[in-house]
Amino acid sequence: MEKSKKKFPKRPFFTRGGVKAPHRKNTAGAESVVMPTPSSVTIPMRQHIGESCKPLVEVGDKVYVGTVIGDNDAFVSAPIHSSVSGTVKNILRLNLPTGIGTNALVIESDGTDTPDPSIKPPVVNSKEDFLKAVRASGLVGLGGAGFPAHVKLNVPKDKKIDALLINCAECEPYITADHREVIENSQAVMDGIYRVKELLGIERAIIGVENNKPDAIKILTEIAEDKTADPDDMVKVVPLKASYPQGAEKVLIKALTGRVVPQGKLPADVGCIVMNVASVAFISDYLRTGMPLIKKRITVDGSAVKEPKNVIVPLGTSIKDLMEFAGGYKEEPRKILMGGPMMGLALVDDALPVLKQNNAIIAFNEKEAKLSEATDCIRCGRCVSACPMGLMPPKICGAIKKDDTEEMMKAGIMNCMECGCCAFSCPAKRHIVQTIRTGKAKVRSELMKQKGGN
Amino acid sequence: MNKFFVSASPHLRGKGSTQRIMLDVVISLLPAAIASVVFFGWRALMLVGVCVITCVAAEYISRVIMKRDQTIGDLSAVVTGVLLALNLPSSINPLIAALGSVVAIVVVKQMFGGIGMNFVNPALAGRIVLLVSFPAAMTDWVGTRFMENIDGISSATPMAAQAGTYSYFDLFFGNHGGSLGETCALALLLGGIYLVARKVISPTIPVVFVGTAAVMSLILGRNPIVDILSGGMLLGAIFMATDYTTSPMTFWGKVIYAAGCGVMTILIRNFANLPEGVSFAILLFNILTPLIESATTPKPFGYEKKKKEGAK
Repeated sequence: MEKSKKKFPKRPFFTRGGVKAPHRKNTAGAESVVMPTPSSVTIPMRQHIGESCKPLVEVGDKVYVGTVIGDNDAFVSAPIHSSVSGTVKNILRLNLPTGIGTNALVIESDGTDTPDPSIKPPVVNSKEDFLKAVRASGLVGLGGAGFPAHVKLNVPKDKKIDALLINCAECEPYITADHREVIENSQAVMDGIYRVKELLGIERAIIGVENNKPDAIKILTEIAEDKTADPDDMVKVVPLKASYPQGAEKVLIKALTGRVVPQGKLPADVGCIVMNVASVAFISDYLRTGMPLIKKRITVDGSAVKEPKNVIVPLGTSIKDLMEFAGGYKEEPRKILMGGPMMGLALVDDALPVLKQNNAIIAFNEKEAKLSEATDCIRCGRCVSACPMGLMPPKICGAIKKDDTEEMMKAGIMNCMECGCCAFSCPAKRHIVQTIRTGKAKVRSELMKQKGGN
Repeated sequence: MNKFFVSASPHLRGKGSTQRIMLDVVISLLPAAIASVVFFGWRALMLVGVCVITCVAAEYISRVIMKRDQTIGDLSAVVTGVLLALNLPSSINPLIAALGSVVAIVVVKQMFGGIGMNFVNPALAGRIVLLVSFPAAMTDWVGTRFMENIDGISSATPMAAQAGTYSYFDLFFGNHGGSLGETCALALLLGGIYLVARKVISPTIPVVFVGTAAVMSLILGRNPIVDILSGGMLLGAIFMATDYTTSPMTFWGKVIYAAGCGVMTILIRNFANLPEGVSFAILLFNILTPLIESATTPKPFGYEKKKKEGAK
């Protein structure tokens, strides 16, 4: 008893900074709707951090739901599967929202949704089998970053992992996809947590969830208190303060374990693996059915959206089709975001497809789309109090203005995770994150030059 | 293809604005301004008006001449005007008040780049320039309307008269000579509470400033209550020392800065030939702010090479 008390905090540990972003969880109470297969999907060969996939099919080939259509031998990569059955019509170049260009396969659906005949549940008896299965499933970090899951779970032997942290903070405004996952797919969430914990041999699991989701906390607590699945009582829920960015990896680790991930290190360096709640639920579903990652629960919301809701959508569906299915717009959309409003990317074009790591599409009307003009910094210090990384944004921006990369690094620019708390809290409406991004790019190219010089 | 706006995240912004902050400061100064009218008559209101109008006009003209974006809408010039007026004796010639406003806005603020760029508090610098230029007019303290001496007859401030002349009651409610805004402690405290409640300022600077001054006063064998309630102590600690631009942004920076102001104020009051130390103390630490700030820059999260951080 004494031991388990120590290992599970009653209340979250102190985390620095953060802002009270509006919740706007309009879709928390509504059942997700399943979108039928669109007439065609566009599937980019780059839906993760790491190497792009090479297309494994050619124009004219017949594919099924779950057929591997792209892969790469590189370690940091994840295979890509077809989300429809039909024919490959075209291979085209596509600019992703990040600005990176990639190949994309256009597949025309035959309307039958026939699963690939080779699909069967994977045989998993060991950790190695498990990691292989995770890779084959095409899973990437579903929280938004898109880091291939099998790489994250493949922890070097010298690093001892003692805590599996399940991220259900969902701190971005609007997004309720994880919340709905817990409510609608609770069996898989539960099974996934226990399977991952057991297969990776991790001692305990802590589920972090913001306290603005009482119904999710209730379900997760039932999961954690399940006596048959968890006889040793090594899974616990810790409700977190509903404050952005509680779900940021380093912040979550501090809140749930009190540990600080050193600069430039990974969660595994402090004995933690952080997984999104939707990711563990997917792993459970995959182990049961063998169906790879081909669809995704997406929150569709924002001031321009007529009927905000969660949609389970085949990957590769164009945002235009998704929005039409979700009920269309009540106002002319003037800004479309992939992801939440704090860290999401603004899209140039609504023909872009839904990607693996997407969890929301937000459409803003004219009023919300426009940002106010930046005025002079009044040195109020709100950004300093808001920064969860303990940085001083004015100092960093000063160094950027001087174009002094050394000073930028001294001010800790590379610690910035671009969560946006500084810009959110700035009364002068300064575009702090944008400025810091340009500074980071300069630091990176400077470091490259130094490397090249030696 | 400009159907959609594209911009860097975050796409949501908080509600606060520079203008709202400045409006809050003006609101927080209202009790003190009202008290000044109660104690010193309509002349007080006239002085506030002169300072505000001159400050805004000076800022407007400066920006036009410098061909820069107009900034009078952010209300910071209004704040400077009200603050400067509250720092003047009620008997002062309005032309002198206007001159102080011009110095504050043009020389101290706009010549250094406008809002956020001045290295000392404009209102404070304006007051000091006037104090040095017109020492007699700036210390011509007229008694309040409720005092026995009639309007127009000079009356020593509690600082100049030293302790014992006034009761604590008079000190707290403001029935004593002094600058327009520094007499009524109650009004100043109300304003301070409003600012803290609106999260415009954190209580760190005023509390540490006044606390350190009280301790210092005790050490030197002075009367800490008189020291706190008289002179510009509360006005300075709540409204002048907390100026964003000229005080440190870091928590420990604020503590060091405010403690320095507190100590320096009492040292000046005790040893220098000036009864009023608050202005000079704040001015000195305004100038030291960049140094204090760089000495107290926090370590970024995960900076220390410690593997674990103990439970709090």
